[in-house]
Amino acid sequence: MSVAHPALADHSHEAHGHHDPGFVRKYIFSTDHKVIGIQFLATPLLMLMVGGALALGVRWQLAFPWQAMPILGSGLFAAEGGQISPETYTMLFTMHASVMIFLVIIPVLAGAFGNFLIPLMIGADDMAFPTLNMLSYWFMWPAIFFFGASFATAGGPNAGPAAGWTSYPVLSAIPDAAPGSGPAQTLWLFGLTFVGVSSMMGSVNYMTTIINMRAPGMTLFRMPMTIWGMFITAILQAFALPVLTAAGFMQLFDRVRLFGMGIHTCFFVPAGLIVNNADPTVGGGHPLLWQHQFWFYSHSAVSIMLLPVMGMVSDMLTTMCRKPLFGYKPMVYSLAAIAGLGFIVWGHHMFTSGMNPALGMTFMISTMMIALPSAVKVFNWIGTIWGGKVQFNTVMLNCVAFISMFIVGGLSGIFMAAVPVDIYFHDTYFIVAHFHYVLFGATLFGVFGGIQYWFPKMFGRMMSETLGKIHFFLSFAGFNCTFFPMHLLGIAGMPRRYADPYLHPYLEHLLPMNQFMTISAIVMGFAQFLLLINFFGSIFWGKKASRNPWNANGLEWVAPSPPPHGNFESVPVVHRGPYEYSSPLVDDRDYLMQTDVLPLKGAEA
Amino acid sequence: MAKSWCIFFIFWPTLALAVCWMAPAWGWWFPGDAASTLGARIDDLFYLILIIVSVVFVGTHVGLAYVLWRGSSFNEPKALFTHGSHNLEVIWTIVPSGILLFIALYQMDVWADYRVQSAFPPEAVRAPVAEVTARQFEWRIRYPAPGKTLQLTPQPDDLYTVNDLHIPVGRPVMIQLRSDDVQHSFFVPMLRVKQDAVPGLVIPIWFDSVRSDTYELLCAELCGWGHYKMKARVVAQSDANFKSYLAELHREQFDDGVPSAATESSEAAETASKSE
Repeated sequence: MSVAHPALADHSHEAHGHHDPGFVRKYIFSTDHKVIGIQFLATPLLMLMVGGALALGVRWQLAFPWQAMPILGSGLFAAEGGQISPETYTMLFTMHASVMIFLVIIPVLAGAFGNFLIPLMIGADDMAFPTLNMLSYWFMWPAIFFFGASFATAGGPNAGPAAGWTSYPVLSAIPDAAPGSGPAQTLWLFGLTFVGVSSMMGSVNYMTTIINMRAPGMTLFRMPMTIWGMFITAILQAFALPVLTAAGFMQLFDRVRLFGMGIHTCFFVPAGLIVNNADPTVGGGHPLLWQHQFWFYSHSAVSIMLLPVMGMVSDMLTTMCRKPLFGYKPMVYSLAAIAGLGFIVWGHHMFTSGMNPALGMTFMISTMMIALPSAVKVFNWIGTIWGGKVQFNTVMLNCVAFISMFIVGGLSGIFMAAVPVDIYFHDTYFIVAHFHYVLFGATLFGVFGGIQYWFPKMFGRMMSETLGKIHFFLSFAGFNCTFFPMHLLGIAGMPRRYADPYLHPYLEHLLPMNQFMTISAIVMGFAQFLLLINFFGSIFWGKKASRNPWNANGLEWVAPSPPPHGNFESVPVVHRGPYEYSSPLVDDRDYLMQTDVLPLKGAEA
Repeated sequence: MAKSWCIFFIFWPTLALAVCWMAPAWGWWFPGDAASTLGARIDDLFYLILIIVSVVFVGTHVGLAYVLWRGSSFNEPKALFTHGSHNLEVIWTIVPSGILLFIALYQMDVWADYRVQSAFPPEAVRAPVAEVTARQFEWRIRYPAPGKTLQLTPQPDDLYTVNDLHIPVGRPVMIQLRSDDVQHSFFVPMLRVKQDAVPGLVIPIWFDSVRSDTYELLCAELCGWGHYKMKARVVAQSDANFKSYLAELHREQFDDGVPSAATESSEAAETASKSE
């Protein structure tokens, strides 16, 4: 751990410079936040392809039910002749959600961008706890292993986890309840626990780093929005995650046998159930307890999957519009409000669950209120573009997509926040449309933009604009053609998680629409290869980047590209906020870096 | 190039609006008008929110398109230097919060009428029509014997069916919802009714059907591999038909063809009239 004091910091740089840690310590078990950040970026990018392939399996079944799936089918579903069985279908959507949420979005935001950007943007030379940071990445691998192993048990009577990513008991708690509720479910819970441990280590580290290690002059209200997003997310995670971890262990205890004896607690299982002809349960527990615990974390997780990207988009948008952020403080307060309110809205996932109806009313009010800070953010983003000198590059396009998709996702949320309307929409495709607009439409497009924007800092080279734009075009078009019609499926009353909705006559006419959506999803899926090509290709063949290729203001652009171990040549001193674009204080350029001392002497770009 | 990207971002929201506008005509909309009184009120609330949301959607996207278009043709060396506007922040905080609070409060009545038990219609509460028990992967229905009321525990003379719930039309009916194994959810799209069946709980729900018709009943909470095939029907029929349906069920399940002392007199009479 280093300190922000210049003399000491310089000293520690020298100490670092004296020994070469060797390849393994430098690039694999590295404690350098930049290497960890890049590891945390590459792993989720690969997992994104895995999660995407699983999603294509789901989409295939919905478009061409009970027909052998080409390419993937012969490998994955060989036992059924390439056809997706209903058991496998439940496992596909369970694993799709688990992979996308726990192995892609959460690690890519906090893990990749958090790790890479926090020390660089606040002017520190590394994280507060570099070893803990390294462990936080390497604890992802047991999680990946357990998720993978749980899915690899497919084929036998005990196949992959099949209770959905929400893993509601009793279905998940009793091994006889579903083909996937045997060992696969236990492995899935182990995976979840490791993801939790990994996130918790990150969260402690981020909070400490942001509080203690800011460069001189970097007051809280001079921090870039990205750092605010990461900071609030870290706090959120620290308070919400223990509840999920506890719930996970409770479910584990409900299920497992140790040393030949069943622990078989009954936290979630009431008495007297005869599930699938197994022995009656002894009971005493309540399934709704899990739902409360699960959503207490998992609704906060929505903020965890959104707040960092809101911050990143704010930063990218100001750079690409050459304009200060519209309403910096309202943006900070609204981030905090989304996080704070996020703790008291979990019940909106449970309107039809049978909990006390009075709770439904209170959760409706709090849920409606969370739309308010979200609206304030949207207005401020539009205000930021207003009067700006907009550069239509890949970064900007992804940011605009983020705003537009976030508006759609936010507005569709209002239907579900309204309890009576939610009676109809709960567990239909309307919900599926809503959260894909938020998590894919908003978060992933933000991430695509973020990759393009900070790539030169990571690797010292630019990503290809042409490939970036084609990738954006195909992703955006594919995304909207896939997910917008889901609103209509929901209105038509098509439930989620149905292996064959067309068994019900009132849904039969939706088949052509589902086929259209699946084709769009396939196009979108293949478009992601462009991202991979662009990403990995640009590492080697990209155009060399200067220190500050975007003419941006933040501290990360003061450091060399890529920054050496220890990041900065000297401790940066911060004189102003990060959004002083087009300032009248300087004549010859339209940006004013946080470290610039006025008057500028021989402006150097 | 910048302009064509502006057009790109105008095209998609416009397409979305057009598709939504055409959706009812193309059958991509509700499976039909709500067939229950509460359902009709839910639909009204849906359309109210739809109008508000559409206005906001159009407004924000017009705003977005405008600022992008202006930004794409910006010719001065420097962008507008502003850090925001306090007045605007106040306006766009207060106005949406008013609208959101209105939406929330306006919904309360329907929710209370649907779920708060003290607001249930008394005639429905007095005589629950059936107990519906979900299990993997079917709906088991238990009616009280004709002339009796439903007890929480099964009675020897109860009537049973599977995947076939009959209710009288035109008046509120209440069912007791249970689950034998895992969670399920009682979902009748046409009646806009949905309630999870939770193991260990008996959950009363009420609804009505405004017309004699047959509706699809399905499961809306993941309950295992056969989740999608928990297919059943709800038949709403006139009081007279409902009574004769129950009588017919009773005959099927209890009448062995031999009049016995246990057989009720009314039924003995019926059997007698039939044999004549």
